[in-house]
Amino acid sequence: MKLTATGVPVFTVERLTSGIKRQIPLEEKAAMSIDIKTMNVEPKRQTFAHVARRLGSDTTASRYEEGVYDLQATTHFHYRPIWGPEYWTFDEGRTAIKMKDWYVFKDPRQFYYGTYTVTRANMHQTTDRNFAFEEKRNMLANIDEEWREMIVKYLIPLRHYEWGANMNACAVSDAGYGAALTSAMIFTTGDRLGIAQILSRIGIALSEGDGELLDQAKQEWMEADAWQGVRKAIEDSLVVKDWFEILLAQFLVMDGMVYPLVYNHFDTEGQKHGAAALSILCEFMVDWSAEHNRWVDAVVKAAVKESDENRALLSDWYGKWRNIMREALQPQAAMVLGDGGEAVLNEVCEQLDARASKLGLTL
Amino acid sequence: MTPPRKKKMNLKQRYALMTRGLDWETSYQKMDDVFPYDTFEGIKITDWSKWEDPFRLTMDAYWKYQGEKERKLYAVLDSFAQNNGQLGISDARYVNAIKLFLTGVTPLEYQAHRHFSHLGRHIRGVGPRVAAQMQSLDELRHAQTQIHTISHYNKFFDGFSEFPHMHDRVWYLSVPKSFFDDACSAGPFEFFTAISFAFEYVLTNLLFVPFMSGAAYNGDLATVTFGFSAQSDEARHMTLGIEVIKFMLEQHPDNLPIVQKWVDKWFWRGHKVLGLVAMMMDYMLPKRVMSWKEAWEIYFTEAGGALFEDLSRYGLRVPKYADIATEEAEHISHQNWAIFYQYTQAAGFHTWIPGDDELDWLSEKYPNTFDKYYRPRFEMWREMEAKGERFYNNALPQLCQTCQIPMGYTEPGDPTKIGFRSSIYKDERYHFCSQGCKDIFDDEPEKFSQAWLPVHQIFQGNCGGADLSDVLKWYHMDQGIDNMDYTGSPDQKQWDAWQAARKKVAG
Ligand SMILES: [Fe+2]
Ligand SMILES: [Fe+2]
Repeated sequence: MKLTATGVPVFTVERLTSGIKRQIPLEEKAAMSIDIKTMNVEPKRQTFAHVARRLGSDTTASRYEEGVYDLQATTHFHYRPIWGPEYWTFDEGRTAIKMKDWYVFKDPRQFYYGTYTVTRANMHQTTDRNFAFEEKRNMLANIDEEWREMIVKYLIPLRHYEWGANMNACAVSDAGYGAALTSAMIFTTGDRLGIAQILSRIGIALSEGDGELLDQAKQEWMEADAWQGVRKAIEDSLVVKDWFEILLAQFLVMDGMVYPLVYNHFDTEGQKHGAAALSILCEFMVDWSAEHNRWVDAVVKAAVKESDENRALLSDWYGKWRNIMREALQPQAAMVLGDGGEAVLNEVCEQLDARASKLGLTL
Repeated sequence: MTPPRKKKMNLKQRYALMTRGLDWETSYQKMDDVFPYDTFEGIKITDWSKWEDPFRLTMDAYWKYQGEKERKLYAVLDSFAQNNGQLGISDARYVNAIKLFLTGVTPLEYQAHRHFSHLGRHIRGVGPRVAAQMQSLDELRHAQTQIHTISHYNKFFDGFSEFPHMHDRVWYLSVPKSFFDDACSAGPFEFFTAISFAFEYVLTNLLFVPFMSGAAYNGDLATVTFGFSAQSDEARHMTLGIEVIKFMLEQHPDNLPIVQKWVDKWFWRGHKVLGLVAMMMDYMLPKRVMSWKEAWEIYFTEAGGALFEDLSRYGLRVPKYADIATEEAEHISHQNWAIFYQYTQAAGFHTWIPGDDELDWLSEKYPNTFDKYYRPRFEMWREMEAKGERFYNNALPQLCQTCQIPMGYTEPGDPTKIGFRSSIYKDERYHFCSQGCKDIFDDEPEKFSQAWLPVHQIFQGNCGGADLSDVLKWYHMDQGIDNMDYTGSPDQKQWDAWQAARKKVAG
C-alpha cells in the first residue's frame, strides 16, 4: 500500500501484478490445454444446493438465479437495531404484505449487476448521441419561446420528482425482503438518479450552458401551485412506513400517471411548438419506463396472487394513491394542455385502472 | 438562428448542478420525519453543504465505467470455465481458502449492499447519500461477482454448495456475521465509521491483498480477475471512508469523543475478524504470499501509523489496544488454525498439519513465537495422526460474547496463559477473550448480551440436536465430504486423479 499526495492509501498494484506474472508459466499452460482435452473432468454438481432446491433439481442455473436466490440472511440475527428495535435487520414484518416465498418476485428482465450496468450503459450511449445531435444542430433553438417557458414549468421540475422516486426505491432496497426485490430496487435507485441527471442536462442545455433554469425550475417545484399536489404526494410517500406501500404508490401509481402524461401527452403537445428535439432527449425515459413497468407489473401481480388479504391491502393502497395523484396532476394537465387537460388525465387514469385490474387489483 | 452556446461550466459546478441541486427542504412533512435516524447518535452536523464529494461520478459515467468492467470480468470467467481453469491452481488445498471466503465474506457483501441502501435513503446530506447509493450498488456487485466467480469451483469441489444456509448457522461463521450485524444495527454514523473507515480504509488491505495476491500466487485466475475488477470500487469506498471521518471531525468538536470511541471499538472488532484471514494466509495457501505478521506491519503498523499521524490534527489518536493487536499478530494465525484443526469435524472446509517445508517457513517468519509455542504442538498432533490417533476436541468451546471466537487467545505478554475476562450484566455472567472485547461489551451490554452464540444455542437444543451428526445435518454439512482433514477427502481424491491423468497424458 502506498500513500498518495492526499494521504489516501491505495492498493499496491505492482504486488498483485507481480503475482499474476508468476502464475502458470506459458509452457505449463500449453501442456495444460493438451491434457484438458484428453482428461475426463466431470462436474460433481451443476449449481448451488439452495438454487437446485428452487429449480427442482440440480441443473444448470442462470447467473441471475445464482446471483439472487437466497442471498439475504433470514435467521439468527444477533442484535436488534438500535435505530429501530421493533424489527430485526431483515424482517418480514416491515410490510403488512405476507408471502410464503419472497423469491417469487423474480425480475422478468433477469437483471444482475453485470446485465444491469451493461444495459444502462448501452441505453445511455444513445442518449449521449442524441444530446450531441441536438447540440450540433442547435435544435432546441427551434422551440417556440413560450413553449420553452412551459418546459421549465412542466418538465425540468420533474428532476425533483425523480429524486423523490430515487429515495423511495432506495427505501425499498433498504427495508424490503429478499435479494430479488432489493437488488432490483437498488437498480431503480440508480435509474432515477440517472433520469434526474438527464433532466438536469436538458435544463442546462436550455439555459445555454448554465444552471439558471434549474434554479427557476426548483422554484416552480417548491412554490408554484401547479406542483404542490405532486410535491406533497412525494413528501407524504417519504414518511410511509410500509415499504410495499411505497413500492406500489411510487412505481405503479405515481409513475403510472406521470410518465404517460408527461412523456406522451405533454410531449405530443410540444410537437405543435417545435419541440421535436425534446422528444429525442427524453427517449431514455420512454424506453426505461416501458422496461421498468414489466418489473412493477410482475411484482404487483405476484403479491396479489398470493392471497386475498394481499389483494385487499394492495387494492386499498392503490385506490388511496390513485385519487391523491389524480387530483395532484389536475393543475399540471390544465397548465400544459388547457381545456383538453381534463380529458387526457381521464384517459391516463383509465389506462392505469385497466392495467391495475389486469394485475388483479380490485378498483 | 440563435447564437452558439457561450457559457461553459467546470466539472465541479456541473456536478453540483446535476446532483446537489436535486434535494429540497421538505415542508409538507418535517425533515426530521423524512430523515429519522441521522441525529440520535449525537453526531452534530451544522452544515451538510460542507461535504466534499470525493468523486464526482454522474450516473451515466458510473454505468459506462462499471459496465465496461463487467464485460471484461465475465469474459474471463467464461473462459476460465470453458478451459477448466481449476486445473491450473497450485494445489486443491488452496480451494479451502475460497470456501472460507464464499461462506464468510460474500454474504457480508450483500449485507453491505442493504445497509448502504439504508444510508443512501436516510442520511440527510445529498452528497454522502449519493455516495452511499453507489456503494450499495457496488456491494451488490461484489456479492454477485463473487458468486459467479466461485460458481465454477462449486461444480468441482465440496463445501461451497450451501453457503447462505451455512452463513446463518455455522459456529465460526457467526464471527463475521455478528461483526456485520453489529454495524448494521448501529446508527448511520457508526456504520460509516465501522465499515467505511475502520474496515474499508484502515483494514481493507489486510483482507483484499491476502486473498487476491493469494489467488494470484496459487494460479486462481478467476478470483484474481474479480479482485482486480473490484479494486477501483474499493478505492472509491476508501475515499468515502476518510471523507466521512474528516467531515464528522470538522463539523463539531463534540463529535471527536464519539468518533474516537467508535474507532477504538471497530479497530478491535476488525482485528478479531481478520484473524480468520491471518489463518488463511499463513496456513491455507499452498504458495505463500507473505506472513500475516508481515502484512500487519506493512498495512497496519506503517500505513495505519501514517494515517493516524495525519488524523492527529483533528485530535484523533491511534485506536486503543493497537499495541496489543500488533503483539497478537505473532500468534493469532497459529491459534486460529489450531482451533480449526481440533474442530475439523465441525468445519465446512478441510484442515491439515502443515508439511515440513511449511513448518520451516512459519519458523522463519515467526522467529519469536512459532518454534517456542506452536511448532511443538503441530508436530505432536502429526505424530498422533501417524499413530492413527488423530486429535479431535469433542468438548464444545466457550465463545467470547463479543467477537464469538472460541476463547483460545492468550494474555498479552504471556503466550502460555489463556486470556479470560468476564462481566456481570443483569445478574448474568458474560465471558470475553480479551480486554478489548470486554470493553466493547461493557459499553453496550444491552446490545451484546443479545448475541446468538452458536455454542449456547447447541446446548439449548436449537441446532438440530445434541449429537454432532444432528448439528452437521442442521448445518447442511455432509460428514466426510465437506468437513474433516484434506487427506482422505473427496476433494483430494479428485485432485490426485486429475494429477495422475495429467502425468499419463504427458507420458
Ligand atoms: Fe465490497
Ligand atoms: Fe473476543
